[in-house]
Formats: sequence, C-alpha cells, structure tokens
Amino acid sequence: MDYFIELFFSGLTRGSIYALIALGYTMVYGIIGLINFAHGEIYMIGAFTAFIVATVLSIYGFPLFSIVIIAGLAAVVWSSSYGYTIEKIAYKPLRHAPRLSPLISAIGMSIFLQNYVLLAQTSDFLPFPTLIPDWEFMEPIAHIVGTTDLAILVTTVMVMVLLTVVIKFTKIGKAMRATAQDRMMATLVGINVNNVISATFIVGSALAAIGGLLIASHIGQINFYIGFIAGIKAFTAAVLGGIGSIPGAVLGSFVLGLTESFATGYVSSDYEDVFAFSLLVLILIFKPSGLLGKATNQKV
Amino acid sequence: MVSLKELKKGLLTSLWFVFLTFPIIVIKVDPIQRTVIWRWQNALYMALGTFGIYLLVKYYQHRKENQPSRPKNTEQTESFLHGILQKPLQRKILVGVVATIAVLFPHFFSTYQTNVMTTALMYVVLGLGLNIVVGLAGLLDLGFVAFYAVGAYTYALLNLHFGLGFWTVLPIGGLIAAMFGVLLGFPVLRLRGDYLAIVTLGFGEIIRLILENWGKFSKGPSGISNISRPGFLGMEFSLEQSILYTYYLMILFVIITIFVVNRLQDSRLGRAWIALREDEIACQAMGIDKRKTKLVAFSLGAFWAGIVGVMFAAKTTFINPASFTFLESAIILSIVVLGGMGSIIGVVFGALILILMPEYLRALSEYRMLAFGGILVCMMIFRPQGLISNIRRTYRFEKKPQ
Repeated sequence: MDYFIELFFSGLTRGSIYALIALGYTMVYGIIGLINFAHGEIYMIGAFTAFIVATVLSIYGFPLFSIVIIAGLAAVVWSSSYGYTIEKIAYKPLRHAPRLSPLISAIGMSIFLQNYVLLAQTSDFLPFPTLIPDWEFMEPIAHIVGTTDLAILVTTVMVMVLLTVVIKFTKIGKAMRATAQDRMMATLVGINVNNVISATFIVGSALAAIGGLLIASHIGQINFYIGFIAGIKAFTAAVLGGIGSIPGAVLGSFVLGLTESFATGYVSSDYEDVFAFSLLVLILIFKPSGLLGKATNQKV
Repeated sequence: MVSLKELKKGLLTSLWFVFLTFPIIVIKVDPIQRTVIWRWQNALYMALGTFGIYLLVKYYQHRKENQPSRPKNTEQTESFLHGILQKPLQRKILVGVVATIAVLFPHFFSTYQTNVMTTALMYVVLGLGLNIVVGLAGLLDLGFVAFYAVGAYTYALLNLHFGLGFWTVLPIGGLIAAMFGVLLGFPVLRLRGDYLAIVTLGFGEIIRLILENWGKFSKGPSGISNISRPGFLGMEFSLEQSILYTYYLMILFVIITIFVVNRLQDSRLGRAWIALREDEIACQAMGIDKRKTKLVAFSLGAFWAGIVGVMFAAKTTFINPASFTFLESAIILSIVVLGGMGSIIGVVFGALILILMPEYLRALSEYRMLAFGGILVCMMIFRPQGLISNIRRTYRFEKKPQ
C-alpha cells in the first residue's frame, strides 16, 4: 500500500509540473489557435536562468531563503521576456498566414532556442542546487512523499488559484476570455488584441518558468534538452483535457502524471515516454476534442 | 536615410536583447569548481549584432518602399530558371551539364568528398519523399525519420539474422516502411493540420524509443554493426570502389525519384493531393476519396524514406537509434521548406545547400542546428514559398495565326 501511495504522490507531482506547462499551451491555443512549439524551450530557459542565478548567488554566499526568492523571480522575469519576444518575432508577422506557417515557425524557434542555450552554455547535465531543504516535521512520511513533492504541490495549487483569480476577476483576464471567444468581436468592443496576446504569452511563460524551477530542484539536474520532452508531454496533457480549456489542461495533466507514474511503477520504467505518446495518439483517435473540450464543427 | 527616431528604437531593441540574453550568454558558472565566469564581451557582440540586424531590416524596408520594382527583380531570376526548364533545348543543355558534373564528381574530388556528396544525395531523396507528404498533400509530418529508421533497421536485422543482401532487402525495406506509413495514416486520417503534426511527432519518438529500449530485438542503443555494403552480382569491392559504387547508385536513385515524383505531380493522384492541400472540403465535394488519397501520400512518402534507410544502413555499415532523432526530421523538413514546398528543383537545391554547407564551412558546423532553426523562422516570415517556388501547371489560350 505504501508503494501505491508513493506512486500516487509522485504522479501528482509530475501532474502539477505538467499542469504548469500545459496551461501555457492551452491559453495560447485558446487565443490564437497556435500550438506554441517553443513553449517547452521557455520552460527550459526558465530552469536555466534559475540555475545560473541560484549558483552565482550561492557562490557569493547569499542565504538560502533569498536565493530561492531571487532565482524564482529571475526565472519568471526572463522566461516572460522570452515569451513576449518570441511572439513578436516569430508569430506576430504570421498572424494571417496559412495555418501551417506559424507552426513551422514555432518548430524553428524551438530548435533555435535549444541550440542557443547549448552553444552559450554546455551540453552536459548540470547539477541544480538544492533550493528546498528537507523539513524535520516531514521525517516520518519522507519515504512516501518528500519535501520537494509537497512544496511542488503547494506551489502549484497556489499558482492555480492565483491564475483563476486573474482570469475570472481582472480586466486583462476578462479581455483574454473575450479574445478567446471571438477575436474580431473583441476588437470591435475596444480590446487591444495585440496586448492581450502579449499578456497571454507572458502569463503562460511565467507559469512555465515556475514549473521549470520546481522540476529542476526536484530532479536535481538540468540540460538544454529537457524542454523538448516536457513540452511534448505537457502538450499531450493539454490535448487530453481538451485544448483551449483551462480546467481541462489541469485535469489532463493530473491524469497523464498519474498514468505515467503507475505505468512506470508497475509495468516498466524503460517505456515511460512511450506511455505518454501512446496515450496522446489514442486520445486523438478516439476523442480528438479531449476530456473537457467542446467538439467544433467545421462550417463551409 | 535612417531617422533619429528609428536609431533610438534600434538602440532600445539592442538593449532589450542584451537584457534578454544576459544570463545565458554572459554568465557561465561551474557548479563543481564553484567559479563564475563573466563573459562581458558576449553582451557587446549581442548589442552590436542586434543593432546591425535592425539597421539592415530598416534599410531593406526603405529600399522596398522607395523602389516598387524591387520585388519584380527576384521574380525575374526565378522565371529565368523556370524559363530554362520550360524550353526543351536549354533544358537539355542544363540537364547535360548537371549530369556531366555528377558523373565526373568522384574523379576530381577525394573519396571523402564523394562520401559527403552521397550523404547529400540521400537527403535529396528524403526531401523529395517528404515533399510528397508535406509539399504536395499538405500533411505536416514531423515523424518522417521513423520510416527512415524502419528501412534502415529492416536491412540491418535481415542482414544480421538471415544474411540477406542489399538488393533483396531494398524493396522489402521500402514496402515495410510503406506499411508503417499506412499504419500511421489510418488513425490520423480524421486529424487536421497541427494535431496531425503532433501525432506524427509522437509516432516518430515511439519508434525511436522502442528501438532504444527493446534490446533483444534491435540491440538497443549500442546499435547494429558490420552491415554488408551494397554488392553487384557478387563482385568484391575495395572500400574506395564501394564508396564510388554507392555514389553512382545514389545518383541513379535521385534520377529515378525525380522522374517518379515529377510524373506523380501531374498525374490524377498528384492533382488530387494538391486539391487536398488547398481545401479539404472542396476537394471532397469534387468527389476525391480523401482517405485513399491521404493514405497513398503517407505510404509513398514512407516508401522513399524506407529505401533511403536501407541505403543509409548499407553505406555506413553501422546504425543505432541515435541517428533517428527528431532533429533529423527537422532537418528534412527544413530542406523542404527552404527549397520551396512542392517544388522538385527547389528541394534538390535545399538539400544540397543545407547538407553541403556545414560540411565545407567547418567553422560553422557548430552553428548548424541554430541556423536550421533560424532558417525555418525566417523563411516563414520573409519567403514562405521557399527559394525556388513551384510553378503551377497552367494552360493558356493561344490564338492560332489565321
């Protein structure tokens, strides 16, 4: 039973990380109908920025608490800036192009960013500093759920609540929902759609950066290639829940995380990624609209 | 020429990029030695580079505005090439020149160069295969490398276990890859555009992961070595002769592929693909069987990939799953996009440029993948039709002289 609970919690942890990345995919898709292929790379850049800032600070002897705060802030700021810039360079000029053009551009951007980090930094796996110490009160249950798992879960829930508040009650949140429903109509009622799209990219990137920071301190090492697999899996989660739907992305992420965790725990750990991809293929075949998505009919 | 306001904007842009790239390109930490290296010169290069690019873009925008005839110029060079291709005599001369160069190439250059050229020719065929799927039928396939892997592993495994030779496996490899194409094609028939891209990507990764993890079947990450080179009626070749032979074989394959793809393009099937690409619903309304057309596109594309896979295994005599990553798919896609989707001559040029350039500019080979990414983005923004765009077959009404 302990093993089951352990797998359950590890699934939840994975699920929360996927959720943080999947939200970015689903929000962007909801607003401009584009699969932002470079989103996984933004997550990677977030993790890298956090790594660099945290290591520099720890070398210069800052206390742990301030390192966590500054590294987290740096990751969020830089990832959001990257998200904003990528949208301006690679997607904005293609807003009225055929559907495949922005997708190819996004793939190009993803390859570009991967190699940019590879060339500027290194291709080796880098050890990520421990940001979350093991708390003493966690000692009795540490073999089932570690401190980092708990920290990831709590942070994710807090971020989700914050995001819900932003989208439900603030002005920019309302504008986002309006643009997602009908971009033309949103323009007509005086919403600056360009700003809304930029804001969506910034929020999505910030979420990915938090995900990057958390997972890097959980796994303990990073590499320029982590964004690719994580991006694909988060995309799977977003599709699983119904792309474009925010609660769907969260639900899909937890389903994917738990499936992966149990499958690797009880079946085989070699095929971890195969499970995720097979799940993606199966969903797209049997329920392309996802768990919570709406099926849209194409009209002529 | 450039106003003060624009200069200011350029300065701000370069400052923004310096800020953006600051942690990644300036700071380099060594977490084990616990040292920090500050590479300030990189920030300076970044600033100058961005400012330069900004000015260049502005300059071209000005020139475009001041000279409305400017875009016509590029069309002229393009129509020059098309003109040559359409006039029978000039076309024959061009083909003759290219053929002479191709035949004489190994006699003037070293074995190494010939080997590089063979690789480039493989990518030509791969690009033409993907061109059927992406360029003609408009189905974005990001897992094309899976079929390439299937072909390569078919030959490697059959050669290892049953000792089958190159020529026997060549059609088998192609057919098995085509079968996988249908296997992938069936479930994704209903999907459109971006979903299709992701599923094919997932499929490509599944194939690679299976090859990597199913050690009993594929020997895992260590790969399969000592695969026989292509033979000819049981003759024994030395290594150099074998490379020469592979080169000529590849030339033959390229010619056959160009011939077949060219004929396909104007056939009933080819026109159905183009119709499917332009508008799926209108295409169905015209009575084209969407399922069949898509499946044929997938399986034909996969067939070429499978054949090149067999060729690849025979040429390198060693394969492992690391040769079949997503990046390989991305390279093939870049070839098609750079050359011009749907254009045969464009794809040939695209493959030669993208594969040969990093080989000869060794200093740049590190930046190869970076450049591929950049090319994909820039092509989509500035020239979505590719270097040499496809000309649609048109019929003109011409009055007969009375």
